[in-house]
Amino acid sequence: MTTVITVPPSLDDHSFEQVLEQVAPLPADAKILVDCRHTRWSSPYGLTALLTLAQTRAERPALAVPEHDDTASYWSRVAFFNHAEALYDLHGTYPKRREASESNALLDITPITKSEDVHKIVGHVQERATAIIKNELKLESKAIMGFAMTLSEVCQNIIEHAGQGGWVAVQSYRWTKRLGRRVVVIAVCDAGLGFRKSLEMTPGHLPTARWDDAAALEEAVIRGVSRFRDRGRGQGLAGARNYVGRWKGKLSVRSGTARISIVPTWDEDVPLEEGLPDFPGAQVQVIIPEALDGGGSER
Amino acid sequence: MMNHIDLNSVLRQTLACDLYSNLVTRPTGRAVRTQIELMLSESDERALTVIDFSQVSMIDFSCADEVVAKLLIRYSSDDPPCDAYFLFRGVTEDHRDAIETVLERHGLALALEQGDGVEVVGVLSDDERKAWDASYRLGRANADDVAVEIHANRDDARAALEQLCRRRLLMRVDDGDYIAVGITRG
Repeated sequence: MTTVITVPPSLDDHSFEQVLEQVAPLPADAKILVDCRHTRWSSPYGLTALLTLAQTRAERPALAVPEHDDTASYWSRVAFFNHAEALYDLHGTYPKRREASESNALLDITPITKSEDVHKIVGHVQERATAIIKNELKLESKAIMGFAMTLSEVCQNIIEHAGQGGWVAVQSYRWTKRLGRRVVVIAVCDAGLGFRKSLEMTPGHLPTARWDDAAALEEAVIRGVSRFRDRGRGQGLAGARNYVGRWKGKLSVRSGTARISIVPTWDEDVPLEEGLPDFPGAQVQVIIPEALDGGGSER
Repeated sequence: MMNHIDLNSVLRQTLACDLYSNLVTRPTGRAVRTQIELMLSESDERALTVIDFSQVSMIDFSCADEVVAKLLIRYSSDDPPCDAYFLFRGVTEDHRDAIETVLERHGLALALEQGDGVEVVGVLSDDERKAWDASYRLGRANADDVAVEIHANRDDARAALEQLCRRRLLMRVDDGDYIAVGITRG
């Protein structure tokens, strides 16, 4: 029997939880059909998380592609179907991506499996991000290098900790519904170890009375703790946290059953959410918004 | 003896690729540092090595930790592989965030060449900073000179100068004199 998983019309980090609520109760080998037919929009997080979802399934899942031509066309341009073909049985028609074509994404959906991938990703994004961060987000030039550093660190997190590959996408768009301003969004998702299991590999690790996914996220994201004893470790996410704080952005990290967020004043999200449907690995989203005040940072 | 290490050249050798000029990822940083250490191991003499960032577009935290912090930690340890001193050149605002973050994390400091001189960035005690600034101003000085310059007693000045030597920010020369790293530059 195949269970149909309904994907909401607008797919982002929050609405993806609706997908996980349907999937989490099912055994890993249950046959599922991820029904995107009525999906009209997806954030980079939504698309990378859909690919990650397939990687968590023991039985190859199916995916019904969006019926709306513009949506299917966009998903094709950002290489979603290219990667989904290897992970899902795809149902429905979608345009083939032309190799030479370039989407308007800063970075189409790209796999991360090794350190060299990070060089390519950062090199690809750097030039295009410069124009967008200065001209569209109206941020100071200092923000450009920090963006590339943040992208590099969140991608490396997969290589260092996930134990398997993951996905990254970077997109700039006007976020009319939530913010009314332009944003640049980095989404990095993997179905690997996750933060709790990674930290449990620390030599001599002794779990505290309250040791769970939320506690592990607090350790890693807020306190910069890493499973490596090396004192220099754990600076990547701390750097990303500082970067989003400086440019009034948002950082969210989901792992297992919890999500931790550095929440800016323009957003109403909660800093820590627990008891979410279990989802392996780690899913990171960085949002940097257009400046309202001429590009000044909070420092 | 003075060495000059262009980090972008080392990066290209390390990656075997001309496409990227970014110092990113921990494995890349480790490989670049290994290459630097190999170059330093070719001589037993005391050497000032200029680490040149001029052609490096960016460096991330992980790479800065491997290239900068671990290099300084190793050569300022009680048992360094050789008598090496470092002067960092071509470091722009784009690099400083990552470099200063890792220096802070490890309690390190380094000598940074600026257009009009050399400054020490990172973690220094007040006494160390005063002693270094005085040594740099004086050019070549002994503990007495520095003590007078910073209005400290001789023993305190000497202790600060010795600590700066251990941290590879000052060189001890004959006759009990000290020279700040970067006073004579290549």
